[in-house]
Amino acid sequence: MRYAMAVDTKKCVGCSDCVVACQTENKVPVGYCRDWIVEVTDGTYPQLEMEIRSERCNHCENAPCVRCCPTGASHFAEGGIVLVTPNQCIGCGACIASCPYDARFPHPDGHVDKCTFCIHRIKNGLKPACAAVCPTKCIYFGDLDDPNSEVSVILKKRKSKTLIPEAGTVPHLYFLI
Amino acid sequence: MREEIIVSGRMNPMVDPHLQIWHWQIPLYLFLGGLAAGILFFAALFYINGKEKDNPAAVKLAPFLTPILLIFGLIALFFDLRHKAFFWQLYTNIKLQSPMSWGAWTLMVITPVSFIWCALHIKELLPKWDWKYDWLKALETFFNRYKKALAWVMLIYSVILGIYTGILLSAFNARPLWNTSILGPLFLASGMSAGAAAILILSRSKEEKRRFAIIDLIIIGIELFLIVHMFMGFLASTQVQIEAARLFLGGPYTMSFWIFVVIIGMIVPAVLEILELRKFHVPAVVAAILVLFGSVMLRFIIVYAGQASRWLY
Repeated sequence: MRYAMAVDTKKCVGCSDCVVACQTENKVPVGYCRDWIVEVTDGTYPQLEMEIRSERCNHCENAPCVRCCPTGASHFAEGGIVLVTPNQCIGCGACIASCPYDARFPHPDGHVDKCTFCIHRIKNGLKPACAAVCPTKCIYFGDLDDPNSEVSVILKKRKSKTLIPEAGTVPHLYFLI
Repeated sequence: MREEIIVSGRMNPMVDPHLQIWHWQIPLYLFLGGLAAGILFFAALFYINGKEKDNPAAVKLAPFLTPILLIFGLIALFFDLRHKAFFWQLYTNIKLQSPMSWGAWTLMVITPVSFIWCALHIKELLPKWDWKYDWLKALETFFNRYKKALAWVMLIYSVILGIYTGILLSAFNARPLWNTSILGPLFLASGMSAGAAAILILSRSKEEKRRFAIIDLIIIGIELFLIVHMFMGFLASTQVQIEAARLFLGGPYTMSFWIFVVIIGMIVPAVLEILELRKFHVPAVVAAILVLFGSVMLRFIIVYAGQASRWLY
């Protein structure tokens, strides 16, 4: 099982509903976020092109944060989801420095925090909170090993990219282009 | 002209607008660890090759600094941790892929070894020293019997400690400035140079001072070579590493790096040491203090600049 997410950059309007849903669902402390919106404007006026992305932890297959963690607090859970065990985390910051996407942050309680793909919801057959609330339904989630999953189907149908694949991290967050 | 504007709604403290997760604690520790590694390396080296009589400061005097340096380094590291109550997790896990795990276990070996080394020489520093308890005396005889083995452990672990301070940073692919394998040898050389400088300050013997001035001079030459090599590597590499090198070649860290680290920390002390070896009267302490200053600055600048360098996407 390999969980993955695909975000449709053509449908995303950058409303930030996914950000708020995540903060509410996961009780993310005020002033922090586990997912966020990036708007890229590219070109020269008037020939401009825009891309909007809902970004979060890429749950990399070759995750540098898991590799550099000195205690094993950062680990792979079922389906390749990268998780932090708060009571094993010493808050050294190595994983934060190792993430090319800057997807991790120091939780005010001391441990490191990040997106969990809402593993507590997936286990109950639900979608991650961000995917569930998206008003344009632009976030697809599922198992890459299952050819009939929502994410496998859309990735077969549409062109997609991952962020800085040259960093060698093998991300599991795809962007449909 | 092509323009690109990126707007992000993310503002996580200590991560945005650019990484600021490591503050003064980490570079201070990297300096103290590197300095301790340098001193212990020379102590072990000159003991193993039987030159301890010629190098009293290196073998017997300077190592007394190392337990203090290492303890302060450990305290700095502890201050860096944000989840302090769980620090013991470092010592219930061995993670071979994590340089920080290697470092934690290396400190676990080298710190006690530095204490033992001092204990074996304390009678020469304080002639009236008495261990009071019999079991302490028994321990002293035990370690005296295996002193050569202890020196070998110290030699190997001091090199691991010195090189690990650089590898810790170079293992981060996410920070292009750190992501160069030159950083390990560079920090090792810088630690050795700082160690030689500390011995130079403490030494009272003319011969020993001369020897360590020559050693320091050679190491400074190696450091300069490694720095040139590092920038050549960056400029011949990918766009992100070219951008990282630009932090030091016209970017915000240009002045501080070239003036404090390279000129004041390496070239000036090297010139002073050359003058001294040519029998000009230059106080050796000045060169040694500049070397120590440069060594501190190198760590601070690399740690801070590295956090400002990133992948662009």
